[in-house]
Amino acid sequence: MSSATSSTQAGADRPGKKNLLFGLSNTLVYRLLSIVAVFGIWEIAGRIPISVAFPTFGETMQALFEMTLDGRMVHAYGETLKPLATGVIISGVFGVVIGVGMGLNRLFQWMWEPIFIVLQASPVAALIPLITYAYGIGLTAKTVAVIMLAAPIIVLNTYKAVRNASPSLIQMSRSFQGTRMQEIWKVIIPSAAPIIFAGLRLGVAAGFIGVILAELLITPTGLGDLISYHRSIAEYPQMYAAVFSIIVFSAVMVGFLENVEVKYFRPEKKKGL
Amino acid sequence: MASAAAAPAYKGTTETSKDNIVEVRNISKTYGTDIHALDAINLAFPTGQMTTLLGPSGCGKTTLLKIIAGLLEPSDGQVFVHGRPVTGPGPERAFVFQDFALLPWATVLRNVGFGLELTKHPKSEREEKARHYINEVGLAGFEDKYPHELSGGMRQRVGLARAMAVDADVLLMDEPFSAVDEQTRRKFQEDLLHLLSVERKTVIFVTHSIEEAVYVSDQIVLLSPRPGRIHATIRPDISRDISPDDIRRNKTYLDTVEEIWTDLRKYLD
Ligand SMILES: Nc1ncnc2c1ncn2[C@@H]1O[C@H](COP(=O)(O)OP(=O)(O)O)[C@@H](O)[C@H]1O
Ligand SMILES: [Mg+2]
Repeated sequence: MSSATSSTQAGADRPGKKNLLFGLSNTLVYRLLSIVAVFGIWEIAGRIPISVAFPTFGETMQALFEMTLDGRMVHAYGETLKPLATGVIISGVFGVVIGVGMGLNRLFQWMWEPIFIVLQASPVAALIPLITYAYGIGLTAKTVAVIMLAAPIIVLNTYKAVRNASPSLIQMSRSFQGTRMQEIWKVIIPSAAPIIFAGLRLGVAAGFIGVILAELLITPTGLGDLISYHRSIAEYPQMYAAVFSIIVFSAVMVGFLENVEVKYFRPEKKKGL
Repeated sequence: MASAAAAPAYKGTTETSKDNIVEVRNISKTYGTDIHALDAINLAFPTGQMTTLLGPSGCGKTTLLKIIAGLLEPSDGQVFVHGRPVTGPGPERAFVFQDFALLPWATVLRNVGFGLELTKHPKSEREEKARHYINEVGLAGFEDKYPHELSGGMRQRVGLARAMAVDADVLLMDEPFSAVDEQTRRKFQEDLLHLLSVERKTVIFVTHSIEEAVYVSDQIVLLSPRPGRIHATIRPDISRDISPDDIRRNKTYLDTVEEIWTDLRKYLD
C-alpha cells in the first residue's frame, strides 16, 4: 500500500526536470551509454586483435556503408525478407489464434499442444535439412524453417497467458453480466497481452534465426549468402556488417512490437516508465 | 427440466415476504466430494438494510456471497431475489470484491463505468454516471489515473463506485476493507454509511471484524466454522442518528461487540 502511494507521488513530479540529463530523459542516456560501451569494447577487441577474423567496429561500419550504397544490402534484404516476413506473419497470426483457442478450450488444447511441445523441444537446426526433402530448396522450405522456429514459442506463450488470465477479473466481468465474448475481448486478451507480446518478440527473434539458418543450410540466398560468401573469401568486415545489420533489424522489429503492445493493449505502462 | 421446475418455484414467490429483497433457502455447498463449506443456510435480507455475515476465516462467507451473486452454483437449495430464483448474475445485484478486481489497463473512469460498458450503455451516459460516483466516493480528480497509481483504500473506492454505478438494488461486499489500513478503514466505513443513507441500498456485507460488523450493520448473522451454519442472528439496537465517534463509545455498541466476542470465543478452542 505505502509503495503504491509513494509511486503515485513519484509519478506526480515526473513531468518536472528532475529526471533529465543533458536535456534527454534519464533512461535514454543510460541506453545510449550502454550501446557506446559495447561498440567501444568491440573496437578495442578488433584492434588488439583477438582474431584475424574479427574486424574492428569502424571497419565493419565502413563495410556496412559501402554495401548499403552499392545496393548489395538492399538486394540481400529483398531476398531474406520474403521467407522471413511470410513466416513471421503466418506464425504471428495463426500462432496467436491457435494459442488463444488452446487457452480457452481444453479440447483445442489437447489437439495442438503435443505438436508444438515436440517442435519446441526439438533441435530445429538439425531438422532443417529434412525440410528440404519435403519442401525442396526454394522459398517454401525457408518459410517453413522460419515457422518451425517462431510458431511454437508464440503458440505456447499465448496459450499460457490466456489460461492464466486473472480469474478474479473474469469473475468480475461475469458478475457485471459480461457475455463470454466480452469476457474474452475486454478481460482475457488484455490481461494476457503482456505475455502474448513477450512471446511474439521472442518468436520474431527466433524467426530471424530460422531464416538465417535456412539461408546458410539450404541454399545460400540473401543475407545468408552475404555471410557465407564473404567468409569464404575472408572479407570479415563485410561478413560482420551483414550479421550486424540483422541484429539491428531484429532489435528494431522487437521494439516496434513493444510499442504496439503499450499503445493498443496496456496504456498504463506508458506512464511512469 | 429448467422450465418445469422453474414454474412451481416462481409460484412460490407469493410465500416470500415483500420486505425481504433476498432470501436464501436451504443452501448447502460442497466443494469436490469432501469439503463441506455450507450446511442448510436459511436467511432473509430485509430491503434497504445492511446485513453482515460474520464468522471465522474459512467458514464459507465468500462462498455464500458468491452463491447469492450467482457466481457459484449451490449443491442444494435456492436463492431468491425479488422473489425470483437466482440462476446467475443479474442487474439487481452488484459485487464489491475483496481484491478490488480492477482492470489494471483501464483508467479509474473506465473501471467505474465498466459494469455499464458490459451492459452496452452509450459512452456518454456511462461516463456521466461514472463521474458522478467517482465524486461520491471522494475520488474527483483521479478519473484518468490507473489502479497502480492509487493506494489500497482508493482502489476499493473505485470498486465501490463501479458497483454503485450500475444502480443495483443489492450490494454484495466481500471483506471490502480487509486490504485497507486501519485509519483508512474507519474513514471508509463512515463514508460507506453516509453513502448508503443517501442511496437506500440493501447491503450484504462480509467481514471477520466484530467491531466493523457491529458498527455498520442493522443485522448480524454469525456463522459457525466449517461447515458454515447459522449460529445466531443479532440486531444491534444502535441509533444511526448519532455521530460516528459517539457510536464507537455507545454502551450498546460496546456490549454487542463483547457479547459476540464471548459467543465466538468458544470456536477458538
Ligand atoms: N474453489 C474451492 N475449492 C475447494 N475448496 C474451496 C474452494 N473455495 C473455498 N473452499 C473452501 O471452502 C471453505 C469456505 O471458504 P470461503 O467461503 O472462502 O470462506 P471465508 O470467506 O469465510 O473465509 C474453506 O475451507 C475453503 O478452503
Ligand atoms: Mg472470504
